[in-house]
Amino acid sequence: MPTNFTQKFLGFSPQADVKRPALGLADVAIGLGTLTLLYLASRVGAESFVKFNPPDIIPAVDLNPWNLPNYAARSTLRMFIALGLSTVFTFVYAYSAARSAKAERLLIPLLDILQSIPVLGFLSITVTAFIALFRGSLLGLEAASIFAIFTGQAWNMTFSLYQSLRTIPRELDEMGTLYRLSKWERFTRLELPVSAIGLIWNGMMSFGGGWFFLAASEAISVLNHSYTLPGIGSYVAAAVTAKDLKALGWAIATMIVLILLIDQFFWKPLVTVADRYKLELSAGEERRFWVVDLWQSARLPRYAERLTQPLFRWLDRSLSKATAIPPKVRQKPTSPSGDRIYNVVLLLITVSLVVAAIRFVLAEVGIKEVGHAALLGLATGARVIALLVFSTLVWTPIGVAIGFSPKLARVSQPVVQILASFPANFIFPFATVGFIRFGISLNWGSMLLMALGAQWYLLFNVIGGAQAIPNDLREMAASIGLKKSRAWQALIAPGVFGSWVTGAITASGGAWNASIVSELVSWGPTTLKAKGLGAYISEATSAGDWPRIVLGVGLMSVFVVGLNRLVWRPLYDLAESKYRLG
Amino acid sequence: MEQNTSLLTAERVVKTFPVSAGGEHTVLEEVSLNIVTGEVVALLGRSGSGKSTLLRILAGLVRPSAGRVLVKNTPLEGPNLGVAMVFQSFALLPWLTVQENAELGLFARGVAKNICEHEATLALSMVGLEGFEGAYPKELSGGMRQRVGFARAFVIKPDVLMMDEPFSALDVLTAENLRGEISDLWERGAFPAKSILLVTHNIEEAVLLADRVVVLGANPGCIRGEVKVDIPRPRDKKGARFIELVDYIYTVMTNPQAPVGELPSTDKSKRFPMLPHARVGGISGLLEIVNDRGGREDLPKLAESLRLEVDDLLPSVDASVLLGFAKVDHGDVTIVEAGKDFATAGVHRSHEIFREQLLQSVPFVNTVVQALRQKRDGRIGKDFLLDILDEHFSASEAERQFETLVDWGRYAQLFEYDADEERLYKTEDQSLHDDMTG
Repeated sequence: MPTNFTQKFLGFSPQADVKRPALGLADVAIGLGTLTLLYLASRVGAESFVKFNPPDIIPAVDLNPWNLPNYAARSTLRMFIALGLSTVFTFVYAYSAARSAKAERLLIPLLDILQSIPVLGFLSITVTAFIALFRGSLLGLEAASIFAIFTGQAWNMTFSLYQSLRTIPRELDEMGTLYRLSKWERFTRLELPVSAIGLIWNGMMSFGGGWFFLAASEAISVLNHSYTLPGIGSYVAAAVTAKDLKALGWAIATMIVLILLIDQFFWKPLVTVADRYKLELSAGEERRFWVVDLWQSARLPRYAERLTQPLFRWLDRSLSKATAIPPKVRQKPTSPSGDRIYNVVLLLITVSLVVAAIRFVLAEVGIKEVGHAALLGLATGARVIALLVFSTLVWTPIGVAIGFSPKLARVSQPVVQILASFPANFIFPFATVGFIRFGISLNWGSMLLMALGAQWYLLFNVIGGAQAIPNDLREMAASIGLKKSRAWQALIAPGVFGSWVTGAITASGGAWNASIVSELVSWGPTTLKAKGLGAYISEATSAGDWPRIVLGVGLMSVFVVGLNRLVWRPLYDLAESKYRLG
Repeated sequence: MEQNTSLLTAERVVKTFPVSAGGEHTVLEEVSLNIVTGEVVALLGRSGSGKSTLLRILAGLVRPSAGRVLVKNTPLEGPNLGVAMVFQSFALLPWLTVQENAELGLFARGVAKNICEHEATLALSMVGLEGFEGAYPKELSGGMRQRVGFARAFVIKPDVLMMDEPFSALDVLTAENLRGEISDLWERGAFPAKSILLVTHNIEEAVLLADRVVVLGANPGCIRGEVKVDIPRPRDKKGARFIELVDYIYTVMTNPQAPVGELPSTDKSKRFPMLPHARVGGISGLLEIVNDRGGREDLPKLAESLRLEVDDLLPSVDASVLLGFAKVDHGDVTIVEAGKDFATAGVHRSHEIFREQLLQSVPFVNTVVQALRQKRDGRIGKDFLLDILDEHFSASEAERQFETLVDWGRYAQLFEYDADEERLYKTEDQSLHDDMTG
């Protein structure tokens, strides 16, 4: 689907007129597939409009496994709506930031903060707001859930697009200016293709992360109410309440199938198609994928294309004309005084917001509570660091081994990818059962829970980093007979350092976020609790204790941002300046 | 094509960049440059000379910190729409076909589809890419990719075609080939731009393509001077003048302090070396003595034995060196092969040897002989030659140079001189022509 969409949209498409039978098996497959997809989407979508009047009428979740496909479909629809919204947001936000220096100064730090804020801590606010907005229908909960997924996806994707837009090769950018590409042309011919690969890979990773937020947001108790939104996430929650291990097993199996299906029919084709937007001109091996081949061998899409092509051509030309660059462009010199005013206004707004939040918290809970919460923050921080150290010790050697062996990488990469996409909170109940049986305190156990989701980013990045170490260097190390420990010290550790930092930043952010659901878990009537900021926020959210929600979320943001500034940024700079290969 | 209309002017252009440590880094310092219709200008400089920055300021891609750019005498604000650029990295869009890449500039200007296609096809055929319209850039070799870059620029028929190191990403042979073709297009008058501004660090490329080579200095970038390339097109890379200019520019580039002259100074000294005032008899006498004494003699000792001052000997010594009969180092004069031959040859042979050496060493003699041959009556007035010599020497020195020239030319049997009529005559000796051409 994406191939032809982009082709048509960009108004260029290879005209291959090979004589083939009018319609083939491929067409049957594609036709049926499209129809099924449309039917499912409309049916599942309609269910969102059922009556819902909390707290009186709350849709129940039935643990019968036959309901799972329906629940999975509803969750998937949420995921894709969120992805669509994230994409739109990404383009608007990243574009504004990349286009205007003024907007950039506001938007990029804001994005940095948004990225650091624990999304799950906000569920209480958003759920209340959305339910009020869509009174009397499930749409409010739907919107809240979609919003939670959105907040888990959008920031990463926005950063990726912003980076791509800012790093368009200089000569291509100059070419666009000198040859007077219209805004539309610049977007479709230059900016969109240049960012396509990064955006799609990032979207894929963020989509995987989104399942975690989906699972957390479908069943939630906010302000002393329990809300349930039918879906695979609430199915798991119901199974936990009912202590039904079998139902949990079915849910996990469904989840794996779902991830595989979406990978095969959505991401893989996109990634394959995006390959043509590689900037380097070297003629490499073309990536092939069976869904794409199927699509290309079918006649049906081509007919549709032939029909719509004149329309798209016309659209392309008129949009280009409408956004043409006027022959005389005046570059306005930036006035330093206007700039200064803008900066001062920005600073004032920021300061007054922070002051207002601090005053609210202090007035409601007092300084002692702040100190208490800060201590809890330190506890959670210690867990995050401990899990990072532990994950590093475990996964770095494994990641390097996989990265160094192409055969191992081919086999394990899809597995790792699925593990990274798999929502860790589906595993939580099993771990909880274990903790209860062996009497393990959640103070320690929560580290494992947090690691379940976060560690994959480390592994993923270390594999990539090991693959990027030039073969020459490895052969050099072998030829001069470096001992294993020496090779690690001199080559491997510095070689993967940069990728490790990238992975660790993501893992650290993910772990903070996961602490909100990891430090307070239950199995049936039993609830385990760890001492930490995550549990603090979680409790405040259920109780609807606004001052403590603001305090907890605010403190966690401060911790995350602080850690980023004091630890990760310097490490990242070190990796960029000293340990850069090539 | 009308001549000498100013297309693009830089007036005291300055470019500074803020440095992260504070303060400013000056990339270009007060650069002024003018490009007129019908010329090819090369900006030549080493890295750090700001040549690419200057190009981008002239293209309106970069704002100068001070000074201004005029396009046809109107101040430039924003991108210069009268130019097209050929980039070092080609700057092709890999996801568009060759045809679509070439059409890019026209499509953007809202030109009708069929005209777009026609113009692009025309430009592609101009660079020899017929039949590749549907190919993608990654299917092409480096040289062919840059041809697409040229076609894309040709399509919009710019006033000034800018080239930013267009051949430096290509391998040597491909670059050579493409350079030759671009040069051909320009020489044929088929070039779809009024002027060319080339940025390069390749001296040969600059001398091959440009009418003027503007030499830039580095840190901060500034114009050190310019060298006119007065070689008729098509240019022969093996030609004496070509090699001379390349050598001169090379010398200048490797000596950041050296002044850059309007015309290379090496040119004057080679074509008009100062002839030492020595008679041929003096030269042959000196050579005979040195040869008799074993081919090598200490100059002061030689002067003493002849009861002369060293100064009296010097003209003959210098003339021997100039004519390639001997060399001098550390006060010793050593006779070389040609000198030995000359000293020991019989009368007839000695004329021949002297003629060969003279023609080789003093290009001005060639000029005189050529002039004599071309004139139908085979004679040249003394005044004509004095006028030329006056350009390079003082009036009295020109007179003495002329005397020496006549003395040497007569001995070499290249021409005769009638002192009464003050005219040079062509000698009737036919063998001379063989010497000249052979």
